[in-house]
Amino acid sequence: MNILEVENVTKTYASHKALDDVSLTIPEGQVYGLLGPNGAGKTTLIRIINHITAPDSGRVLFDGHILTQEDVEKIGYLPEERGLYKKMKVGEQALFFARLKGLSKSEAQSSLRRWFEKFDILSWWDKKVEELSKGMAQKVQFIVTVLHRPRLLIFDEPFSGFDPINANLLKEEIIKLKDEGATVIFSTHNMASVEEICDNITLINNSRNILSGNVDELRRRYFGGRYDITFEGDHQALMERLLPVAGDFTLPTPDAQGHTRLSLRVNDGVELRDVIAIANDTVALKGFNESIASMNEIFIRAVKDDLAIS
Amino acid sequence: MSKIGIVIEREYMERVKKKSFIITTILMPLLMLLLMALPGLMMVFMDGSETTVLVVDNSGSVATRLTDTPEVKFRPATPDVTVDSAMQIQDEGAVLVIPSGILESRRGQLKLLSNGPVPLAVESAITGQINKIVETERLKGYDIDNLDKIMDEVKSDVTISTLRTDKGDSEALSSELSYGLGIGLTFILYMFLLIYGQMVMTSIIEEKSNRVLEVVVTSVKPAQLMLGKIIGVALVAVTQMLLWGVLLSVMSGFILPALLPDDVMSDIAAVQMGNSDSIGHQDSIELIQAMASLTNVGEVIGLAALLTLFLVLGFLLYSSIFAAVGSTVDNVQDASQLSSFAIFPIIFGLIFAMVAAADPMGPLAFWSSLFPLTAPMVMVARIPAGIPGWEIALSIGLLIVSFLGMVWMAGKIYRIGIFMYGKKPNIKEIIRWISYK
Repeated sequence: MNILEVENVTKTYASHKALDDVSLTIPEGQVYGLLGPNGAGKTTLIRIINHITAPDSGRVLFDGHILTQEDVEKIGYLPEERGLYKKMKVGEQALFFARLKGLSKSEAQSSLRRWFEKFDILSWWDKKVEELSKGMAQKVQFIVTVLHRPRLLIFDEPFSGFDPINANLLKEEIIKLKDEGATVIFSTHNMASVEEICDNITLINNSRNILSGNVDELRRRYFGGRYDITFEGDHQALMERLLPVAGDFTLPTPDAQGHTRLSLRVNDGVELRDVIAIANDTVALKGFNESIASMNEIFIRAVKDDLAIS
Repeated sequence: MSKIGIVIEREYMERVKKKSFIITTILMPLLMLLLMALPGLMMVFMDGSETTVLVVDNSGSVATRLTDTPEVKFRPATPDVTVDSAMQIQDEGAVLVIPSGILESRRGQLKLLSNGPVPLAVESAITGQINKIVETERLKGYDIDNLDKIMDEVKSDVTISTLRTDKGDSEALSSELSYGLGIGLTFILYMFLLIYGQMVMTSIIEEKSNRVLEVVVTSVKPAQLMLGKIIGVALVAVTQMLLWGVLLSVMSGFILPALLPDDVMSDIAAVQMGNSDSIGHQDSIELIQAMASLTNVGEVIGLAALLTLFLVLGFLLYSSIFAAVGSTVDNVQDASQLSSFAIFPIIFGLIFAMVAAADPMGPLAFWSSLFPLTAPMVMVARIPAGIPGWEIALSIGLLIVSFLGMVWMAGKIYRIGIFMYGKKPNIKEIIRWISYK
């Protein structure tokens, strides 16, 4: 079951096309990465999903039906630029947002207490937001986002501004929410965290969806057929001997242990063990492994390729 | 509760709970009461300072006819006292020297010798009395028979009571009073529109610049949020207006009568009964009439209700302009230029209202009280003069229609504007936003 389907969505502001025929499908119960360089159109897409702006063409399906204003009560959104009413007391403010999301006053109150206890911030209830530090306000904002138990959560750079301990606490909470059945859209530039918690991703560049898929599959596929060799010895000789069976060599670089590392692509139809045998005969082989692209490399490569095409 | 209701509740409670709101709401009527009571208070303080004046009369016929007033006590000097010795006798107060030719010369020069400052009231009491004495003496010089009787018959104290034939036979407010009342009400409205309109604008800019809007609009439609804010602030304005109204009518109904002397109150009651002939002539008729209107609680409430209605409608219209302006900029400094779109019409309204208060039936007054942007202020200035009901109704109708149109347009601009950061948009761009989907 897909909780969200975006179909051929296009949105234009004046002369600028913010989204150009973007489609993506988000299965229920997953953590879905929404990636892309600054200004690619992620925020516009998030706003359309939040029913703040309407697409010029295309449509958005929530739970199989066209997204309506009622559906936003099932969505929780933590924007990148955090904001709370500075002069308002923490508790009153959280109540206000919870009631806006359709919770009754008493429901909101009891559930807020639980969250405040969990984060150990019950003593902040009567403090004004302007008295809190940035990190403290972030916690409040997170609670406000998840309080109404939304089925779809949208986090835009959720870890920015958190220290490692609180970032970890937050990550655990996000994973817990996922385990409880919530779907999470996770928009970020932090590729390491994408590898850690995302199941699927979509990469948006220049207002278009240029790459979608399962994270593990992408990492394998994207730099498929490439291997890393770590060795001691003459890299010139090694490259000459390997030329008949492989190509696309990278420049040899020394690694931390003083070994040399080289990455290459094995030619089609060549047996892997032949390559290893040649290498083993030529140099003192220290390691030979399939190179799995980091999300970082995929991101840069995909954006560069996209640039070359357009 | 609907979402717009939750927004209204927040906007309202946040403002009404503020200390500054509570303080101004209570202090303003007290300040006004103080202003009203000021003349009375001044009398009380002046009573204490009575100046004794020793009169050295070289003309020989004036000193005996001077009468004491609350401010001055006259003491004629014995004939043997000269100016020099008078100064020695008189160690406090002053010495008045009247020249011998005072009755003959056209511009007689009195001398007041004092070893300290002399209150203005003392000087005017002296010159006033002596002028009268000199005039009477000179008239006597013409040898007219029955002079006293003639003078008595010549005396005049004309007042005017305007009776409106189109309003039955009831006595309408005098033009002077309705002029003053109209200007007063217009200023109140002007202040409310500016202060509360800009309150809407700055609070939107604040929400935008600290990015809380981004969160709020995921739960409420931007147009609902804007409307909720406008209505919330309007309710605050009405609350303040009503509280002032209640406090003022309590004061004018109970406290003012207690402060005013009994004879003045009986005159006021006489005017309220429609029986103005019995007024004692020592009081100013205009003042009595004004007091009669102000202490007539029913009339005050009627005016306050219309004032509140125009305040609310005018506010709804103007605050949607202010809201649209607020949504397009990032900070208050950038807003100043665009907000002139709202401020100029308010100022024009005030100017037209001044004209309208003086000439409530003139063409400028008529048309500018129908034009929605100036209507609230001009109408409020005209109403005390008593204008036809259909004009008020038409004006209200036009205001409602244009307010709805303005809110719709402002909502469109607001929806796009709140997400625009950085570059300040120009008018052309803002107008284009209205057509966005």
